[in-house]
Amino acid sequence: MYKYDKIDQQIIDERVAQYRDQTERFLAGEIPDDEFQQLRLRNGLYVQRLAPMLRIAIPYGMLSSAQLRKLAHLSRHYDKGYGHFTTRQNLQLNWPLLSEVPDILEELASVEMHAIQTSGSCIRNITTDQYAGAAADELEDPRPWAEIIRQWSTMHPEFNWLPRKFKIAVSGATGDRAAIEVHDIGIRIIEKDGVRGFEVLAGGGLGRTPVVGKVINPFLPREHLLTYLEAALRVYNRHGRRDNKYKARIKILVRAMTAEVFSKRVDEEWQTIINGPGTLTEAEIERSGRFFTRLAYKQLENEDPAAKMIAGDAGFKTWLRNNVKEHQVPGYAICNISLKATAIAPGDATDEQMDFIADLADRYSFGELRVTHEQNLTLADVAQSDVYALWQELVEMDLAAPNLGLLTDMICCPGGDFCSLANAKSIPVAESIQRRFDDLDYLHDLGNIDLNISGCMNACGHHHVGNIGILGVDKKGAEFYQVSIGGSALNDSSIGQILGPSFAQREVPDVVEKLVDLYVDKRADGESFLDTFNRLGVQIYKDAVYS
Amino acid sequence: MAHIIKNDAIIDSPMSISAGDGDLSLPNIIVPLVAWNEDPALRERKDIGVWLTTDEEVEAIEGDLNGLAVIALEFPMFADGRSFSNANILRRRLGYSGEIRAIGDVRRDQMEQMHRCGFDAYQLAEGQDIEATLAGFKRFTHAYQQSIDRPEPLFRHR
Repeated sequence: MYKYDKIDQQIIDERVAQYRDQTERFLAGEIPDDEFQQLRLRNGLYVQRLAPMLRIAIPYGMLSSAQLRKLAHLSRHYDKGYGHFTTRQNLQLNWPLLSEVPDILEELASVEMHAIQTSGSCIRNITTDQYAGAAADELEDPRPWAEIIRQWSTMHPEFNWLPRKFKIAVSGATGDRAAIEVHDIGIRIIEKDGVRGFEVLAGGGLGRTPVVGKVINPFLPREHLLTYLEAALRVYNRHGRRDNKYKARIKILVRAMTAEVFSKRVDEEWQTIINGPGTLTEAEIERSGRFFTRLAYKQLENEDPAAKMIAGDAGFKTWLRNNVKEHQVPGYAICNISLKATAIAPGDATDEQMDFIADLADRYSFGELRVTHEQNLTLADVAQSDVYALWQELVEMDLAAPNLGLLTDMICCPGGDFCSLANAKSIPVAESIQRRFDDLDYLHDLGNIDLNISGCMNACGHHHVGNIGILGVDKKGAEFYQVSIGGSALNDSSIGQILGPSFAQREVPDVVEKLVDLYVDKRADGESFLDTFNRLGVQIYKDAVYS
Repeated sequence: MAHIIKNDAIIDSPMSISAGDGDLSLPNIIVPLVAWNEDPALRERKDIGVWLTTDEEVEAIEGDLNGLAVIALEFPMFADGRSFSNANILRRRLGYSGEIRAIGDVRRDQMEQMHRCGFDAYQLAEGQDIEATLAGFKRFTHAYQQSIDRPEPLFRHR
């Protein structure tokens, strides 16, 4: 993974010093609230319903074991002993003190981490495929590109005060695990006539107005990545709406201009800087790539991890089937640790669990791990011969929930229990659904169903792209839930369709059950929940739920 | 006169901002773009500047740059970032080398970014302590991107 050199370290250290000075001046009354709010947001600090919340950047979801141990330490020392992994592959601490945040940032800097631009109207943490570098369906490892974009976007002087937040995702595989079509800019590594380049999409996004991004450049030669992004951001910075924050995302601009005109404007701007000093050099592309070369894999043959299994451990087979994915190197496997055990807030991990998982990463997976946008953790490079032993250790720590990709592996925002933006709670809804669907065999029979829950229309829980999406709404001061169906964040993304009037919290598990029952009743052989929905259309589901 | 920071010093600049509704025959004034466009007599003078707010684009004065002593770019609110792009275009694409002054809601903690985008003069918002601002104006030792103050990005020197 990427390692800071002296320059990277100095940039981060000076940023910590700058924010420490800003915090001190704020506490001394020298910076007004409205201004400090913007400064602290750009250093990851929100003020939430109950306490401040600090969002720590985990660039493209990559963590070393030493970094995870630091996060465990921070959650123990400055918080209540747990952290929340988010859909942007970040970690949130829910209870830090505003006055202690500079100390937290200094500790983060000591392990090459920061919280820069994890909130505010600026370019946010770059996300990518959680299986990057390991996935069997990969054309090219997207992480060197994500790192190049991370550096370019970090403290960019021109783009720190955009109309609204700006999210960029990169994918290098056939299967899109980075949801690039619902990002402000999505970048897909492609090959044309034997040459690598990028397909660039713009104007996707969730929030109040969910939109699937449009292609604005079908093939961008790779050396032009940063100048093209600069041009796109400049057009957005100048022309994005600033009169209404709900219409300020780039998707509104692209829709208003049309993708063709937006693309043309970007192209015109790009022509003024193309081949300029911002053009990437082969040396830089190579430099970034060197940090993501193949790990020191052993020469192994493929083997069945279940061969080592002791009779009676049937649970292992279920975990193997659901949580373990194919690796691109023979003899290795991608192992996912689900943070979605019932009765635990989805994505939460305790300090003890983080320390434990860091040890597992050292012993089983080259000291590295990934945070997924589904809010789980991944050990991406485990020898198949070790998978059973790993599972046994996970079982000991109650971290072996075998529900990856199943209905109970929900994406869920912190919701009204923590977040001051939320209209409604989301964690208790997740738990009530997990309790309703507690039969693992049945869950496995249902197969892959993405159920996503957001506590408000800001859509941190990505409800629009859930096969089943649940959105908390406020109805005359009471919490209600709107349910949608048919969304998808995979290739050919789609936005879910709303079923109809919203439901009370206690009704939600029944509604989900009716949708699932209808699927079980109507599915053809091998059809997924989404396939069946796409074949049948929305009406029959409406009838089932409201009859 | 305007009390401003320019080239790392506090100075009294003779060039002051005009709202455009007063007497435009006064010497040493920076007039709004609308006034500049409406009054051709202003183009004959050497002691004139133009200021643009954020929904105006610097391309509008592309042909006039030679005669302008100052171009001021407004920050109606500190969080409105459009003037950063206007300044960048003025310096880089349009090649303007005169004073680019930040006016309006100009605050200390954005000066570093303004500097990097091509501003070289700062008329601070009311209530800002100009001495403390100048004393506290620090630049980062390094930056990843190329910008007006750094013609090449960091990666070309690694």
